[in-house]
Formats: sequence, C-alpha cells, structure tokens
Amino acid sequence: MSLLEIKNLHVNVGGNEILKGVNLTVDAGQVHSIMGPNGSGKSTLAQVLARRENYNVTDGEVLFNGKDLLAMKAEDAACEGLFLAFQYPVEIPGVSNAYFLRSALNAVRKYRGQDEMDAMDFLPKLREKMKLLEMDEKFLNRSVNEAFSGGEKKRNEILQMAVLEPKLGILDETDSGLDIDALRIVASGVNAMRSPDRAFLVVTHYQRLLHYIVPDRVHVLVDGRIVRSGGPELALQLEETGYATVGSAAGAV
Amino acid sequence: MGAGNVASATQTQSLETYAEGFSGLEKDAVGRELPWLRKLRQDGFDRFNAVGFPTLRDEDWRFTSLAAIVQTPFRLARNGHGLPTAKQMEPFRMAGAACTLVFVDGRFAPALSSLGKLPRGVAVSSLASELAKNPAAVEAHLGRYLNFQRDPFCALNTAFIEDGAYIHIAKSVVAEAPIHLLYVSTPHDFPAVSHPRNLIVAEENSQATIVEDYVSLGGAALCNTVTELVAAEHSVVSHYMIEREDAQAFNISTLRIQLGRAADVASHSVLMGAALVRNNVHPVLAGEGGECLINGLFVGGDRQHLDNYMLVEHASPRCGSRQFYNGILAGRAHGVFHGRIIVHKDAQKTDAKQTNRNLLLSDTAQIDTKPQLEIYADDVKCTHGATIGQIEEDALFYLRSRGIDQASARRLLLMAFANECLDRMKDGPARTHVESLIQSYVAEVTGIAANQASPAAAGEVK
Repeated sequence: MSLLEIKNLHVNVGGNEILKGVNLTVDAGQVHSIMGPNGSGKSTLAQVLARRENYNVTDGEVLFNGKDLLAMKAEDAACEGLFLAFQYPVEIPGVSNAYFLRSALNAVRKYRGQDEMDAMDFLPKLREKMKLLEMDEKFLNRSVNEAFSGGEKKRNEILQMAVLEPKLGILDETDSGLDIDALRIVASGVNAMRSPDRAFLVVTHYQRLLHYIVPDRVHVLVDGRIVRSGGPELALQLEETGYATVGSAAGAV
Repeated sequence: MGAGNVASATQTQSLETYAEGFSGLEKDAVGRELPWLRKLRQDGFDRFNAVGFPTLRDEDWRFTSLAAIVQTPFRLARNGHGLPTAKQMEPFRMAGAACTLVFVDGRFAPALSSLGKLPRGVAVSSLASELAKNPAAVEAHLGRYLNFQRDPFCALNTAFIEDGAYIHIAKSVVAEAPIHLLYVSTPHDFPAVSHPRNLIVAEENSQATIVEDYVSLGGAALCNTVTELVAAEHSVVSHYMIEREDAQAFNISTLRIQLGRAADVASHSVLMGAALVRNNVHPVLAGEGGECLINGLFVGGDRQHLDNYMLVEHASPRCGSRQFYNGILAGRAHGVFHGRIIVHKDAQKTDAKQTNRNLLLSDTAQIDTKPQLEIYADDVKCTHGATIGQIEEDALFYLRSRGIDQASARRLLLMAFANECLDRMKDGPARTHVESLIQSYVAEVTGIAANQASPAAAGEVK
C-alpha cells in the first residue's frame, strides 16, 4: 500500500477548475517533487491535501495511508500524520511558539492514544530539534511567527514538522524567499528526518532546493495536470530549458 | 414630543427617589458634623439634581442608553440588611492577597474582611472609620481631584459619600502583595443602589497594587462607584478594576487618577459581568515625567452593554500615556470604547498612544469606537488606532493543520487576544487572579470548554 494515492483529482476554487485530474502515488521512504510554473495548481494541491476548506473537490479520490483523506478535517489529517509546511506561515500574536508546539504535539498524541507531554518532558526534546535548525531559544517565548524574518518563519515550519514527526511532509515553496544559508539549514532539517517510513512532497518553482533535498521522483504540473514525471535529472533539465519546453497537457504521464 | 414627556416624567420620578435617599442620609450620615463633608455632599446632590441622568444626546453618552437605570426606582441600600455568609463570599476570594476588605452594598463589613498582616506604613481601612478617626487626612484629598461637574454619576456618588475603602501607603513604603477590595451587591426586596467611595493615597516613592473586584449575589443592583487615586512623586501603583457581577446588575465606575512627578501608574480594567457597565478612567498627568498605562479587556455576551470612557489628560511636560483596550463581543453584546486624550498647552514632549482592538464573534454583536484627540501643545507625539475584526480564518486553519481541533483553536486565538492585555500586567497574584477569571469567562461567552493551560508567552518556558 502506498502512503499517498491521488487519483484523478479535480478541484474547483471560486468557480475555476484549478486541478484537472491529478494522479500521483508516493510510497513511504520516498521524496517526490512537484515543480511547475506559477498558477499551475501546485499550492492548491498542497492546500487540498492539508484539508483547507473552500476548495471544492469535484472528482477523484485521495487515499492517505489507505484512508479517505478527503473525508478528513484539517486537524484529523494532521493527527493521521500529514504535515503541510506553509508557503506563507501565519503569525499568531499572543500564542507563544513553545505553547503552540506543545499543544499541537499533545493534540496529535491524544489522537493516537498516547499520554500528553508536560512542559518538563517536552522542552528538552524541543531544544534538541531547535539546535538542528540553528534556532535561538528566544523563539520559544516569542509569539508564533510574529516579527519573524522570512527565513525564521520557514525554519519554524520545519521545526514544527520535526516535533510532530509526520508520515508525510508537504513543503509548499519552502525555498521561496530563503537565502542560501537558510536554505541549507532547512534542507538539512528535512534530510535529517528522511526515513524508510516517512515521505516528502516538495513543491517548488525552482530546482535549487532539490540540489539539497534530492528527490526520488520529479513531477511537472502545468495547468492543473501532471504533464511529465521523471528522476532528479528532470529538475535539472527544467532549470535549463524552462517549463515552456515540457510540452502541453497532452503529454501527461 | 410624547416620548420626550414620558422620559422626562420618569426622570423626574427617578430623581425624587434619590432626593428621598439624600434627605434620609443627611440625618445620620457618617461625618455629618464635618462642615466640609456636608458641603461636598450637598454640592454633589445639587449638581445631580440640576442635570439629572445623561441622555443619548450627551456626546459622552451617545452610545449608551441609561433607560434601564433611569426607569428603575433604585433605593439606597444602607441599613439593617443581613450580611452574606463567609461561605457565600468564599468563591470570590483572591489567592495571595495581602488583605481583603469586603464591602456589602457599599458598606465595610469587618466580619467578612481579613486584614492580614500589613507592612508598616500601609494603612487600610474604611472611609467611614477614617472619617470618624482622622477626618483631616481624608479632607486633604477627598473630592479634590474628581470633577463631578463632568459627570452626573460622579455628582450622585459625591452626594452619597459615606463608606468605601481608604488606603494610605506611607512615603517610600513598598506594599508588595495586592490589596483586595471586594464589593458585593446583595439581593434586597427592592432594586438597590450603592455608592462606594474609595480614596487611595500612595505617598512619595511608595509602591502598591490595589484590586477592586465587583461581584454580586443576585437581585437588581446599581453600583455607582468612584475611586480617587493619588500617586505622589515617584510612586508606582497598579490598579485593577474587575467587574464580574451577574446579569441583573448595573455598574458605573469612575477611576480618577492624579499622577505626581515621575509617578508610574497602571490601570487595568477587566470587564466581564453585569448587564450594563460604564467604566470611566480619568488619569491626569499633573507632574513632569509621569507614566500611565491604561489597559483594559472587555468581554461580553448575550445582551451585555460594556462602555469604556477614557479621558487621559496630559497637564505636564514629558509624560507618557499608553492606552490599550481589547474587546471580545459575542451574542448581542454591545461594546463602546471612547478614548479621549487632552494635551494641555504646557504639556510639551507628550507621548500619548491609544489602541483599541475588537473581535466580534457574531453578526449581532456591536462595537462603537471613538478616538478624540485635543492637542493644545505643539511638540507632542499622539497616535491612535482602532480595529474591528473576526477570528482570522488563516490563523484558525494554521492551528488546525497542526492537529488542534476547531474549538480548541478558537479558544486559543481568543485567549491570545485577551493575553495582549494580560501581558501588560506584572506577574503576581493579581494577574493570576484576573487570568483565571478571564479564561473561564471567555469560555462561557463563546461556548467553548475552558482549559487550565494558558497560551501566554510567559507561562511556558521558565
């Protein structure tokens, strides 16, 4: 059984069909990348998988770990082990990062029938993960993402992922707005989490991130359809020739 | 025309009830042998009698209808009524208080109070007993700061000055633990009014925290309270006003703060209870370099009406004032924030800031917010801003995408909003007290189960 199976997914947003029959299978242990030009539907796919409301699925199905993902609420998908690293992480004034992280972890643990963690047990674990992402302790007591720089926000996303230890991590343009140092830190955070029972879906416009997080498969999404799939070399090719040469939707795999 | 006649007839009737109360009081009032006090009361009553209750036509009251107060024949709750039991008062206690003074319908109740062990130089008693024992100390301050010409309720309170809290912090004394003043309205077989009058004097270089806490045990009640707080040179005072009476109660409160040179005063108002609340906070920065924080949170549901009237007067150079009021309104609740800043001619280098943020949780909840800046000096910095919004869908989704269920996510965001106010309070028993009250009330108003944990930044990592 594959970890994620997307079959003929059609999605409508505000009357416009954005995804026009996406098929994609991701097995545990793999890293897949979705590449594509702006407006091709990459972020829509990520948001639908994370169960954002207001995205109208008109056809198709998605199985996550064998379960019907499209029947899940956002919080249930998260508890089942799906994690979306946001392209634009949301600022939440008044909620400290440490409290937020522990609340999220405990929500997930509770769902899985595990005991909740108190602050004493949680903090050492959190500090260890922060070290990996070269994050200063001051982020713990600061409000979630408030007044964080772009790079700090993205690192904070990866920190959340590291704490929640999902089965599937979806990175939605995590590389956008990152300088090369921050990109390396984020990538090493992701690479440290790679394991045989975990998969990643890396959504990106550029090849650069894939230089650090080397994917097993690359898919090109154009106008709501995956028009080509291949190995990591496909990303390099795209970087040189651009999306225009990939061909029309007619060449879908 | 017809409606106007009815209104004024009711108004006249209502004024007569107060006149009866006043003539009754004059016969045996505390301190009636003191000419200055008699005059103060008489002046207060004359003023009230001349102007009556404010109406919607009054600019300062245009968002708040007082019909329910005017039409109810409130009588003075004064003599011979039984006290509540200690057990009844138990749930209202505050952990970590230096002492608790209980006022039943405005009268000091020694049997229910606990004076504890106060530091040397901290005098806490009732205004009535202080008037009997040491009238000169009271005369030096009482009524000297409040301008009852401005507000008929203040005039009415002044007419009925008898009892309330008297607190005196001597020079350079630090009263560390908070002084808890607990005002309870009790049920009567008539609608009852009380007029607590409090005098707080913090002498030079002293420090204190005072918590005024208004609660009720049922019955129609109007509590019309006035506090004069004198913060002398270099004093540091935190004042809390907590309103948590039940839905039959009306509460009109005025906090008049006089700040001396380099005094630092924080006023924290937390309004959660009563059918109608009018919260007047009026600091005057009268000495150079004074700092005043005016911090507030109002949370309303059902048909509650919570009106905040801020009047911040800068009367000296180089003073700072920061107003932050957050409102959470659900159901058909109506909130008002009126933030007036007056910078007098000589108050150069004034730094005044005002922010009012509101969350409306229903289509029927309402907020009126009105800044009003009057600046007569030319070298000042004044900013104001107001926002009205709902819980942000983006934030809600973000939390849910991390596994936190919808109800918990909503509660977390509301408490985060409330925490903006809590975070401006110093750590200590007063803040802890207020925090737990807010948590349970936010949960009640929004129909979300309470949770003991707090998302406050300070709470998590030590």
